[in-house]
Amino acid sequence: MSRQKSGVLAAFRQVDAATDAIKALKELGHKDFIVYTPVPNVEVAAAIGHKVSSVRVWTLIGGLLGVTTGFAMTLWMSYDYPIVVGGKPLGSIVPYVVIGFELTILFGALATLAGVAFNAWKTNQPGPFDPRFTNDTIGIFVPCEEDRTGPIEELLTSNGATEVRYES
Amino acid sequence: MATIAEPQHDTLPTYNDVTRDIANTLGSPKKGYYVLLGIVLVVLLVGAVALLYQVRFGLGVAGYRPPVLWGVYITTFVFWVGIAHSGTLISAILYLFRSAWRTSVYRTAEAMTVFAVMTAGLFPLIHVGRIWYAYWLFPYPNQRQLWVNFKSPLVWDVFAVSTYFTVSTCFLIVGLIPDVAAIRDLAKGWRKKLYTLTALNWRGTDQQWRHYTRAYLYLAALATPLVLSVHSVVSWDFAMSIVPGWHATIFAPYFVAGAIYSGVAMVVTLLVPLRKVFAMERYITVRHFENLAKLLLLTGLIVGYAYGIEYFIAWYSGNPFEKASFWNRAFGDYWWATWTMILCNGVLPLFLFFKKVRTSIPALFVLSLFVNLGMWFERFVIIVVSLSFEYEPYAMGHYTPSWVEFAILAGSFAWFFMWFLLFAKNFPTVSITEVKEIMPLPRKRKVHT
Repeated sequence: MSRQKSGVLAAFRQVDAATDAIKALKELGHKDFIVYTPVPNVEVAAAIGHKVSSVRVWTLIGGLLGVTTGFAMTLWMSYDYPIVVGGKPLGSIVPYVVIGFELTILFGALATLAGVAFNAWKTNQPGPFDPRFTNDTIGIFVPCEEDRTGPIEELLTSNGATEVRYES
Repeated sequence: MATIAEPQHDTLPTYNDVTRDIANTLGSPKKGYYVLLGIVLVVLLVGAVALLYQVRFGLGVAGYRPPVLWGVYITTFVFWVGIAHSGTLISAILYLFRSAWRTSVYRTAEAMTVFAVMTAGLFPLIHVGRIWYAYWLFPYPNQRQLWVNFKSPLVWDVFAVSTYFTVSTCFLIVGLIPDVAAIRDLAKGWRKKLYTLTALNWRGTDQQWRHYTRAYLYLAALATPLVLSVHSVVSWDFAMSIVPGWHATIFAPYFVAGAIYSGVAMVVTLLVPLRKVFAMERYITVRHFENLAKLLLLTGLIVGYAYGIEYFIAWYSGNPFEKASFWNRAFGDYWWATWTMILCNGVLPLFLFFKKVRTSIPALFVLSLFVNLGMWFERFVIIVVSLSFEYEPYAMGHYTPSWVEFAILAGSFAWFFMWFLLFAKNFPTVSITEVKEIMPLPRKRKVHT
């Protein structure tokens, strides 16, 4: 989506050290930093303070679309070629609930996938990466110019970063 | 930056240990793996030849004789759909309940779900005979503008099972993404390329986790009612008709409980050898097996209750056809199938009341095999025995499965195990991310609890 940025990359072994660093960065007015974690962590998420993901809207729209499609399809097809089966009305709502329900789930799940893919693409954060970030280390990348790394490196180190380096 | 360290096994596992230990299960397979895969492929070949023989000469080569026109194929279809259910129970329902013990076992159960539905999905196609017309099951615009009958439970089944397969596969794949990324960062050669491709550029950034965790939650929330609906719909294939022994309101909960019961048994059957072969004793402990045993006991008791209440209602209803049907089940031509079912599903699980049995892995393994056997026979009894003994004595008949059906049944097991074996050596069967999630990250400040 966009080019890799240059900036300071820090590694943390302790979760509270990382959250302290995140809070300190926010206080200094940094907004576009990236936090890498091997697992989802509520403390880190709270420190960053993102809004709840909009994936839920995708799920809701997918589900509503599914239930509408389920009932619309069954009813339309029943009247498009009208055959009375088992003495039941042509458009029998009760049995069509099953189709409506299944399509609610199907469309909801597919929309959720589409939502996560779209949002991940839209909020993609280009930046350097270290393989340890998917293993056991928390990483923080703060984009900045090379001549302004000093205060950031000091902030990260003072909050408990085990390694800090400039990435370009 | 520094490289990732080798794990230390004399202490509690660290995040690094978890990644390494689980990634080690994906190394080059040993000879035993190829031997097992070879056996599975030979059995699969036998099943495929039998299927081709049936396709060439028609459904007459199966043992179908009126009035029994649903036999081993539909029995096996229901069996495999049932097997799938516990995977979703463990992965989705227990996730919503924040049950921490599921983390070590859910991936195996979830993969089992997908492969079981893939196996189940073959049987309606095999059963209809002319496989090449299977697309008639779906509503599609055609020359005569004729649509499928949405009032038929068989069409509900098409929607339920195909939705279940799609959603379970999505759930499995989504859960795998962070794990595959963790392995990608350790792998070399062609595996590195494979995992780089399948990790979908996962790096564990805050934005990725933000959307991912929500999506996973919603998928779990969608899969939960789905799993209950699918086997209910399968049960309505029977309950909506007026065959004695089928036309019962208890069928939906009875089938769902039975499905989870058989599925948990299959999870135990898969986990015991997997734990041993992959040296996963550190992650899949006796406590996990005991919890699975408790699930087996609970669902087994529900199934046992359902057996009892079926007989009670057959007597209490005063309906002579219903009474005769159930008498025939217990003492008719197929008494052996009924008593196998009752023994395996209703009696043997009672041993799980004893902690000694619940915590004995060999005992649980043997019990799980009996439950699998019993649950196949349960479906055989419901389907075949009921159809063979309906209303009019002159319309009753006996069904004996042919070698073709048995070969295809064996082939279905081979098909299932082939996918599982391929999966187990290429993707983590224990979730790296979720096992780590229940372990605390190191802290600089002490936490007061």
